[in-house]
Amino acid sequence: MLTDDFDPLQGKMLSILDKDGKVNEALEPRIEDAKLLHAYKTMVLTRIADDKAVRLQRQGRLGAYPPSRGQEASQVGPALALEKGDWLVWAFRELGALLLRGVPLWRLYLYWMGNEEGSVLEGDVSLTPSAVPVGSQLPHAVGISYAMKYRKESNVVLCYFGDGATSEGDFHEGLNFAGTMRTPVIFLCQNNQYAISMPRKLQTAAPTLAQKACAYGFKGIQVDGNDLLALYAATEEAVARARKGEGPTLIESFTYRMGDHTTSDDATKYRLAEETAYWSARDPISRFRVYLERKNLWDEKREKEWSEEAARVVEEEVRKAETHAPPALDDAFAHTFATMPEGLREQLEFMRRDLPAKREG
Amino acid sequence: MAVMNMVQAINLALREEMERDESVVCLGEDVGVDGGVFRVTEGLFERFGKERVIDTPLAESSIVGTAIGMAMNGLRPVAEIQFLGFIYPAYQQFVSHAARMRNRTRGRLTVPMVVRAPYGAGVKALEHHSESTEAIFCHIPGLKVVVPATPLEAKGLLTASIRDPDPVIFLEPTRSYRLLKEEVPEGEYVVPLGQARKVREGKDVTIVGWGAMLPIIQKAVESLEKEGISPEVLDMRTLAPMDYSSVVSSVKRTGRCVVVHEAPRNLGLGAEISARVMEGALLSLQAPVERVTAPDITVPLPKGENYYYISPERVVNGVKRAMSF
Repeated sequence: MLTDDFDPLQGKMLSILDKDGKVNEALEPRIEDAKLLHAYKTMVLTRIADDKAVRLQRQGRLGAYPPSRGQEASQVGPALALEKGDWLVWAFRELGALLLRGVPLWRLYLYWMGNEEGSVLEGDVSLTPSAVPVGSQLPHAVGISYAMKYRKESNVVLCYFGDGATSEGDFHEGLNFAGTMRTPVIFLCQNNQYAISMPRKLQTAAPTLAQKACAYGFKGIQVDGNDLLALYAATEEAVARARKGEGPTLIESFTYRMGDHTTSDDATKYRLAEETAYWSARDPISRFRVYLERKNLWDEKREKEWSEEAARVVEEEVRKAETHAPPALDDAFAHTFATMPEGLREQLEFMRRDLPAKREG
Repeated sequence: MAVMNMVQAINLALREEMERDESVVCLGEDVGVDGGVFRVTEGLFERFGKERVIDTPLAESSIVGTAIGMAMNGLRPVAEIQFLGFIYPAYQQFVSHAARMRNRTRGRLTVPMVVRAPYGAGVKALEHHSESTEAIFCHIPGLKVVVPATPLEAKGLLTASIRDPDPVIFLEPTRSYRLLKEEVPEGEYVVPLGQARKVREGKDVTIVGWGAMLPIIQKAVESLEKEGISPEVLDMRTLAPMDYSSVVSSVKRTGRCVVVHEAPRNLGLGAEISARVMEGALLSLQAPVERVTAPDITVPLPKGENYYYISPERVVNGVKRAMSF
């Protein structure tokens, strides 16, 4: 078991693909080629889409946005271990995981542009919406996984949150509930070292976040968060454990937020350039590219083709989002309750008369 | 038909809904083996097992948060918060998630959840066991708030709440738990949410109340009648979304309105009811809307509770102020 071999209490961290792309073959997970390529292409797409969102915000075309740069493996790797019917519960900085799950990028842009229609998702997507109040989604993951267990399904829940969330009461409560109820849930902490300006060491006196699992009676593991293979392997093991009815796992993905907390933040106020440079040399995408190239799955030509294709896709998705119709007044009222109460209907009718004619935006 | 108190009626509603629908589960502190501190869930653990009657760790935010997750994934959880005074750690879960999950997902994910909580004063309880803070939930769009006044009402309203597609906070007046017994039918009995109940007809004044205020209003009515005053009494029973139109149409006939609530006066539901009456029945009003409420103070400990709690005499005084304006 990886969770036994890499005990956070003994200061161990799982790493499989080092910063230069050299793989530890003894630990290398077996992943089919198509899946590896899909993961890589999703990470590249995520970075291009993410950079684009930041630029759109700077141009006033998109609202405040939390960049994912540097965390692509941390987002994509764990989600890669899920099967259809498994749920993904997220916070707000999980673009890669959402793209891997097939959420249309233009919907996400539309959401960040401030249009509720961006939250419309078709089909059985097994996905919660964003949960902006930090850590508040953890109890939901427990409840969703409880329902799976209750119905004797073999599905699991993968729940993302950040290092800051581990200070919240809902983190403690959620892990405690999951432990006592032994529900099939994987808690994936993206420790990107900062909660806005607050460094990880100010959130807790514990040396790792992974070790907190011990207090709740289940396993925790710290993983190199820029190493997609390590994230996949740890999650795959946790998923298997959950499917067997052996309860939850906490995975600490030790990564780094290369960008600002959101586009409203300026990380240079609280971080040193040397630190960013250190992490820049540990980029999750470039090391995975080396890995694929060594497996003869990727080369310069394919890199060029995919980056051009991804950039083209991103532009198309931006166009789709920007040309989407503004929300209608009725839609702002429509989803308050399943059936609109009489009093609310009266308010809607009043607003139709009372608002000035041009009311969007 | 069996005669029962409110605790037994709620228990019956839970039992019948759990029999009817396998997706209904109960969770909370002490709800299982112990049957709840007020015995509301008594016997359910034995009947339905630990997977459906779940004894949870002592953590209100996660009781509600877990119930939200369950509801998003196909269950119909009925969570118990042991007292309303302990619900506040879960307030974020109500406001930020339960109330708006439907809206945030454009109707894709919903929260058909009930959170039950005993509430209210008049039982000589410890601190934090007597508050009546329904207004802070009624203020949040997307939440329904229901308060039964009698055993029969409790059964019908809880059944409707469990079947409702949206989150319901079901507040059980502690004082009324064992105060009154009445006949409660076994089997299908549903009281639709969102409709006030006319408890009695009258022509001089409309008295509006809910929950534990109803028996107190009833006592006041008895003495008012002796003085030749004919009150109409409305039990609002669903506090959000509230059936304001029933109040307005009643006041249009009676010309006077007295709102009775045990919650503090400032921004209590009486304020909103008063505004709605003003908007809808101004020209029918013979007097300003009278509010009989607790003062804006912390609920005193039992020795001082009478300074706070609504008595029939205070309701009578309020009605007389409205009559003599």
